[in-house]
Amino acid sequence: MRIVVCVKFVPDIQSDRQLGPDGRVVRDGGDGTLNELDENAVEAALALAEEHDGHVVVLTVGPDDAVDAVRKGLQMGADEAVHVLDDAVAGSDAIGTATVLAAAVRHLGADAPVDLVLTGMAGLDGLTSLLPAALAEALDLPALPLASTLAVDPAVGTVTVTRRLDHATETLSADLPVLVSVTDGLNEPRYPNFKGIMAARKKPVTTLTLADLGVDPGTVGAAGARTEVLEAAARPPREDRVLLTDTGDAGTRLAAWLVERKLV
Amino acid sequence: MTATPVLVLLDHAADGTLRPPVRELLTLARELAGDAGVQGVWAGDEDVAAAVPALAAQGVTTVHRLATDTDVHLSAVLADGLEAALAASGAALVLLVSSFENKEAAARLAVRTGAGVVTDVDGLEVQAGRVVAHKTVLAGTWTTRCAVSAPTAVVTVKANSVVAQDAAAPSSPQVVDLPVEVRASSTRVRLVERTELAGSGRPDLGSAHVVVVGGRGTEGDFSAVEELADVLGGAVGATRVATDEGWIGHDAQIGQTGVTVSPRLYVGAGVSGAVHHRGGMQASGTIVAVNSDPDAPIFEIADFGVVGDLFAVLPQAAAELRRLQG
Ligand SMILES: Cc1cc2nc3c(=O)[nH]c(=O)nc-3n(C[C@H](O)[C@H](O)[C@H](O)COP(=O)(O)OP(=O)(O)OC[C@H]3O[C@@H](n4cnc5c(N)ncnc54)[C@H](O)[C@@H]3O)c2cc1C
Ligand SMILES: Nc1ncnc2c1ncn2[C@@H]1O[C@H](COP(=O)(O)O)[C@@H](O)[C@H]1O
Repeated sequence: MRIVVCVKFVPDIQSDRQLGPDGRVVRDGGDGTLNELDENAVEAALALAEEHDGHVVVLTVGPDDAVDAVRKGLQMGADEAVHVLDDAVAGSDAIGTATVLAAAVRHLGADAPVDLVLTGMAGLDGLTSLLPAALAEALDLPALPLASTLAVDPAVGTVTVTRRLDHATETLSADLPVLVSVTDGLNEPRYPNFKGIMAARKKPVTTLTLADLGVDPGTVGAAGARTEVLEAAARPPREDRVLLTDTGDAGTRLAAWLVERKLV
Repeated sequence: MTATPVLVLLDHAADGTLRPPVRELLTLARELAGDAGVQGVWAGDEDVAAAVPALAAQGVTTVHRLATDTDVHLSAVLADGLEAALAASGAALVLLVSSFENKEAAARLAVRTGAGVVTDVDGLEVQAGRVVAHKTVLAGTWTTRCAVSAPTAVVTVKANSVVAQDAAAPSSPQVVDLPVEVRASSTRVRLVERTELAGSGRPDLGSAHVVVVGGRGTEGDFSAVEELADVLGGAVGATRVATDEGWIGHDAQIGQTGVTVSPRLYVGAGVSGAVHHRGGMQASGTIVAVNSDPDAPIFEIADFGVVGDLFAVLPQAAAELRRLQG
C-alpha cells in the first residue's frame, strides 16, 4: 500500500505568533514546526504501513524551512519525503495549496499508484480545515474526513472511519484510493527515537518546483488567490480587567459584576 | 454584488427547526442583500414547514429544497446541491454556519465554481462591490479583514457574530423543489450509519451565548459548573482533560481540536488555559476565570479573574445571581 501524508509547516503555537501587514504569518526562522495535528496523520500512515507492508511518503508545500516538517516525518519513520518549493507558491489560499498538492500527488502516482492520501484535521495556524476536502475534490478522490477511528480492509480495498460532528456521529466508508483526514483522537503519535533520527539522514528528500509539477504559477500563490488580506492588526488588550483573590465573597462579587456588565 | 440575492444554508435539527445561528446569518444576509433579497437552501428530508414561521420573520423570499434521493449529509452531495442553488438563485454570496461539515462543502464548492472561500468569519461588509470578511486568527489574538476577489464568495460565519433580528416586514417564503444532479463521484462515499446526538436540555454548545467550562480542577464533579450554567441559561463545556477522563462527553470539548466557541460570556472553572484550549475560546466576548493557582495562564486573558476554589466561588455566585434575579 502506498500512502502519501500531507504535512504542514506552521509557526509553533507556543511561540508569540505575529502577522505582517499583508496578513501572512511572520516567519522568524526557527520558531516553525511540523503542525502537531499532522503527527497523527503520520502515525496513522506508519501504523497502516506496518500492518499492510506499505510505503509512506511525506509531502509538504512551503518555504525553505518547511523541509523541517517532512524531516520530522522521516524521523518518525516515513520512507521518503517530497518538498514542493517555489517562490510563486507564496500567498496561496487553501484552494491554491490544494492545486499544488494535487499536482504533487499525481506526480507521485506516475511512479506507482497512490492508494491512500492522509492529512491532519486542521493546520494549527489558521484552523481553516479547508484543505482536505479541497484536495479530495481536486484529485477526484472520495474523502473520509475527521476520522477518530480508521480501519482498512486491504483484501476488498475498503476504508471505514467513524467521525464525531457537532450534532451527530457518522460511520463512512469508501473503496481505495481515498483521502482520509484524521483527528488527534485517532492515535498517540510516536516520538522519533535515536535510531529513527539517524536513519532519517539517509532517506531521500525530493525538492520539486511548480514547473516540475506542470502547474501554471498564475493559478496559485498570491497571483491565483481568490481572497486577499486587506489588513491585520493585533487585538487590543482587554481593558478594565479585574483580578481578585477570594477572601470569602468572590462569588458574590462575581455575580454583581456580571449583572453590572449586563451579562445576565 | 448587492444587486444579487444572498443564499444561506438553512442548518436545522431533526424536527425541522432552524439551528439558532442560522437566524444570525439570515439577519446578516438581509443587510447585505438589500432589495435583492435572501434565499435559503434546505438540505435534508426534514419537513421545512417547522421552519417556515422563522424564515418568514427573517424575510426570506425563496427556499430551494434540494430534491435528491442521495443523502445530503455527504459533503460532496451537499456541494452538488449548493452548486445547483447558486445557479438557480443567481446569488454571488453563500453563507454557511461554521462547522466541519459545512467547511467541507464550502471547500468543494470553491474548487468547482472558482469561488473564493473565507471561514470562521465574525463580520461581513460589501466594499466597492467586493465582499470583505472580518475574522480573528491566531487563537483570537489578531483581527484581519479579507476581501474576496473572485466573482462568487462562499463564507462560513461563526455563531454569536451577529445579533439576530427579525425583518421589518415578514415575508411569505416560497418553497421550491430544486432537482439536484448528483455527480457519480459524489456517491463513492457510503454513509454507513449516522446517529444524531441527543440534546442535553441546555443550549447548544457551539452557539450558546453563555458557556461555563469545567477542567481538571473539578476532579470530575461538574455539579457546581452545571448549577452556574443553569442560572446563566448557558451551555456546559469542558477541557480535553475532562473529556479524556470520561467526566463528560467528548462533544463538550472546547479547544483547537474540539468545539470553537465565541459566546458573549465564557466562564472557566479549574481550567488552566492551555494554548490548545485557548484556541477554541479566546475570541469570547467576556472571559471569567476561577482557578486556585494565581499563575494559571488563563488569568492572562481573563476580564474577571478569581484566585480561589471553584467549589466555593461558583455556588456562591449562583446563589447571588438567583437572589438578584428574584
Ligand atoms: C494536539 C493537542 C490538542 C489538544 N486539544 C485540546 C483542546 O481542543 N481542548 C483542550 O481543552 N485541551 C486540548 N489539549 C490539551 C491541553 O494541552 C491541556 O492539557 C488541557 O487543556 C488542560 O486541561 P485543564 O485546564 O482541565 O487541566 P490542567 O492544565 O491540569 O489545569 C487544571 C487547573 O485547575 C486548577 N484547579 C485545581 N483545583 C481547583 C479548584 N478546586 N478550584 C479552582 N481551580 C482548581 C489548577 O490550578 C489548574 O490550573 C490538546 C493537547 C494536544 C497535545
Ligand atoms: N502547505 C501544506 N502542505 C502540506 N499539507 C498541508 C498544507 N496545508 C495544509 N495541509 C494539510 O491539510 C490539513 C488541513 O490544513 P488547513 O486546511 O490549513 O487547516 C493539514 O493538517 C495538513 O495535513
